[in-house]
Amino acid sequence: MDLKEKLVSSFFAFEDGMDLDHPVHEERSHAIKNFEAKGFPTKKEEAWKYTSLKGLQKVDFSIFPKHETSLEYKDVKKYFLHEIDTYKIVFVDGVYSSYLSETTHDGVDVCLMSSAFSKPMYQPIIEVYFNKAASKDESLTSLNTAFCKEGAYIYIPKNKMPKKPIQILHLATGNEAALMLQPRNLIVAEDNAEVQIIERHQSLTGNEVFTNSVTEIFAGKDAIINYYKVQNDESTASLVDNTYISQKDNSVVRVHTFSLGGKLIRNNLNFYQNGERIDSTLKGVTILGDKQHVDHHTLVHHAQPNCESHQDYKGIFGDSSTGVFNGKIIVDKIAQKTDAFQQNNNILLSDRSTINSKPQLEIFADDVKCSHGCTIGQLDEEALFYLRSRGIPKKEAKALLMYAFANNVLESVRIPELKARINKIIANKLGVRMGFDL
Amino acid sequence: MLEIKNLHASVEDKEILKGINLKVNAGEVHAIMGPNGSGKSTLAEVIAGQEEFEVGEGSILLEGEDLGELSPEERAHKGVFLSFQYPVEIPGVSVTNFMKTAINESRKAKGLEDMPANEMLKKIREKSEMLEIDRKFLSRSLNEGFSGGEKKRNEIFQMAMMEPKLAILDETDSGLDIDALRIVANGVNKLRGKDNAIIVITHYQRLLEYIVPDFVHVLHNGKIVKSGTKELALELEEKGYDWLKEDAVV
Repeated sequence: MDLKEKLVSSFFAFEDGMDLDHPVHEERSHAIKNFEAKGFPTKKEEAWKYTSLKGLQKVDFSIFPKHETSLEYKDVKKYFLHEIDTYKIVFVDGVYSSYLSETTHDGVDVCLMSSAFSKPMYQPIIEVYFNKAASKDESLTSLNTAFCKEGAYIYIPKNKMPKKPIQILHLATGNEAALMLQPRNLIVAEDNAEVQIIERHQSLTGNEVFTNSVTEIFAGKDAIINYYKVQNDESTASLVDNTYISQKDNSVVRVHTFSLGGKLIRNNLNFYQNGERIDSTLKGVTILGDKQHVDHHTLVHHAQPNCESHQDYKGIFGDSSTGVFNGKIIVDKIAQKTDAFQQNNNILLSDRSTINSKPQLEIFADDVKCSHGCTIGQLDEEALFYLRSRGIPKKEAKALLMYAFANNVLESVRIPELKARINKIIANKLGVRMGFDL
Repeated sequence: MLEIKNLHASVEDKEILKGINLKVNAGEVHAIMGPNGSGKSTLAEVIAGQEEFEVGEGSILLEGEDLGELSPEERAHKGVFLSFQYPVEIPGVSVTNFMKTAINESRKAKGLEDMPANEMLKKIREKSEMLEIDRKFLSRSLNEGFSGGEKKRNEIFQMAMMEPKLAILDETDSGLDIDALRIVANGVNKLRGKDNAIIVITHYQRLLEYIVPDFVHVLHNGKIVKSGTKELALELEEKGYDWLKEDAVV
């Protein structure tokens, strides 16, 4: 039985455990039908031309973990940003771990989707926001919606800001030979609210993991959201991350994606500007080796006038790794005075590495500023000689140039400890010790 | 200090250096002059270990040790420094961090611990004051957006920090106005000592009024065609290079 069939037939068993009268269940039923009709995307579709999910569909994934697993904090501490105090929402094999988590209801709600679905007090929020930004058409998003049950639920009321940043951590123990996870997150920052979130998916063994995640983010008027995605997983872990962001007037949402490890990563990052004077920022650092594959598909939909968007993605590809950057910008006819900027720079370190970079601009307004640039090159030999002539060995000199290359993405990270951590991951990856943090 | 014997170097099968012989003793300053395309910068880069050039015959000895097989970084660790004609811009790395990395990597190669932070800061302050470099300048990205003069001054600052045995200044005077030239030349003169040597590569006599050489060599078509004392530089200024080119043909 292939994965699609297995998922579709499992849905009935899944349904059995759910409240069929719940309004969310109707969404699930629609979604499974859409997935059943469309199936997994194939390379024949333009949006999936360079990323194949064929290999994953051959794996016999467990869809519901059979074992219940507990983990000791000391064994997984290194995956947390433990240098600072944070709220934590932690899942082990898709199941909430209260032991590893630190949630709150003190003025803000940092808790679980399962609670938000089941408790009446959250019903109004679910009705207004749930599945309102996510695509009802895209098959993998539908697949997630069909099985949505658990994930992070973060609600920041008007004018509020949580006392500390929030970490969302998805751990896979490897107790299943192969495990499929489908977390569903909902994040709402009401007018003038502010929140910082760090999300990470981490497999603890070499067993196969496939995560198909959907996150919906809503920013009210004047809200500020800083979201950091840390992707540094095992070489047997694959991730399809579908993130949908809806912004209102004057809001600022910045998403940083650090793709430093994993087998196959597909980031579908979608911004919808539903107001004026909005600022959307999308930044990424991708550093790959071996046969790793990362595909960044971004969309910024400018639907109202006087908004800005900034995209800056840097990629470094070694060995036989492959990268994709597809940056789509839509400017509606009424979205005059849009200022959309997009940049994608890549360095290929080997003859076998590949990057496919494609800007895709659809502009229907006539008074806008849209710029895009893309470079693909190698490390600058002149610069390398310059550094080496000052006594910096070749390996360190290369690393320094790569750091420098990634630096303007890192410098906008607003949590210094996170920046230091990313720097360390990069240094480890490059096999060097740096005397300083950028 | 430095002994170059019958050095040949080529790039993509085109021979640029065609048998250079040069001996520089500790405590000396040598000037190498010559028309465009004579091989001056190539000589500087070959000494520093630029791998782009194919070194054929000949050898480069530093304090009796053959540099031939050494990488650029190993040569730097042995005390070779090249002030670049066109310093490379490296956005994202500050001048200070760059110097810290360079100095500590050289120390590591010698089996020394990192330089203590306070000592490093003191040294940076001292050397930047000597070259009248603003503190703010040091936290800027290396050479990024620097004027021509700032880049050259920054090169000499790096030289002051690294304290090389052999410094090669490749057209350090180009892009400098007269005030900057004076500051840079003063800096270089302060670094002159009995235990180190300096090779000044220049097009014009102007710089040599400030950094007075012990010997002057003329490079033409990949060979040293004439050597003399500082008076030779004045003669070149007056007569140009053509009379030497004719000599070379004969």
